[in-house]
Amino acid sequence: MNAVVEKRQTTNGTAARPFVAPEVNIYERDEGYVIEAEMPGVAKNGLEITLEGNTLTFVGRRIDEEMPGNVLYRESRAADYRRAFELDPVVDTQKISAEMHQGVLTLRLPKMERVKPRKIEIK
Amino acid sequence: MALIRFQKPESPAWSPFRHLSVLRDEIDRLFESPLNSLTSDSQQFLGGWLPSIDLYEDRDHLTLKAELPGMKKEDIDIALHGDVLTLSGERKEEEKVEDAQSFRSERFLGKFQRTLTLPMAVAADKVHASYKDGILTVTLPKSEEAKPKQIDVKVE
Repeated sequence: MNAVVEKRQTTNGTAARPFVAPEVNIYERDEGYVIEAEMPGVAKNGLEITLEGNTLTFVGRRIDEEMPGNVLYRESRAADYRRAFELDPVVDTQKISAEMHQGVLTLRLPKMERVKPRKIEIK
Repeated sequence: MALIRFQKPESPAWSPFRHLSVLRDEIDRLFESPLNSLTSDSQQFLGGWLPSIDLYEDRDHLTLKAELPGMKKEDIDIALHGDVLTLSGERKEEEKVEDAQSFRSERFLGKFQRTLTLPMAVAADKVHASYKDGILTVTLPKSEEAKPKQIDVKVE
């Protein structure tokens, strides 16, 4: 089955600043795939999206993180986000788009024109 | 010129330890994933969404930060009763995905509630909240009684 397949990371970041995998939703429509990743605390300038061959990697860094005082209680992790996926070859990598809204990264991966289902009119 | 026996470049020399390291990776992976899923922030282990919260203190304020990615401002509720602060809200599906085939669904949709007792009294009428990059920040000024007092001592 063609799909967007997770690529296992061999390294877990540097000891100084570890990476965690953000939660994602991935779904497919006729026109393409959509990946949504949760990266709270990451602004647009902390995003890094790279495509190497068929592997799409996104990294989110909390650049503007500030500590408003001393920590009394902490559940959030001092980590950056990273996850990588192997893309379906039908994805038109020239047309990948990304947007960031309130800590959620949405990646749109349109399929190439020739593989989109087409309706054929009967005359 | 020495004669070297021809060796296929793509088949590396056999190493007995290579298999051991592959095995070790597999075992690491086996232990890694279930444990991570129990301790991760927005786990569904306890049957709900528990966004992680942090509490900070400086001289005049308590500051609460909650990780609430992808919400609408109006879907977040903050209530203060005495020194008990309750955060609640609901995350709704942003896009209709009826006609879509889902491959992964790790993001939590639905309601959450977190309650915490503040370590000191705050001025309830001066509480301020903002929501940016999926992080809710609630600034709670300490009440006058709770602030540290500085007393000047004159040494003669």
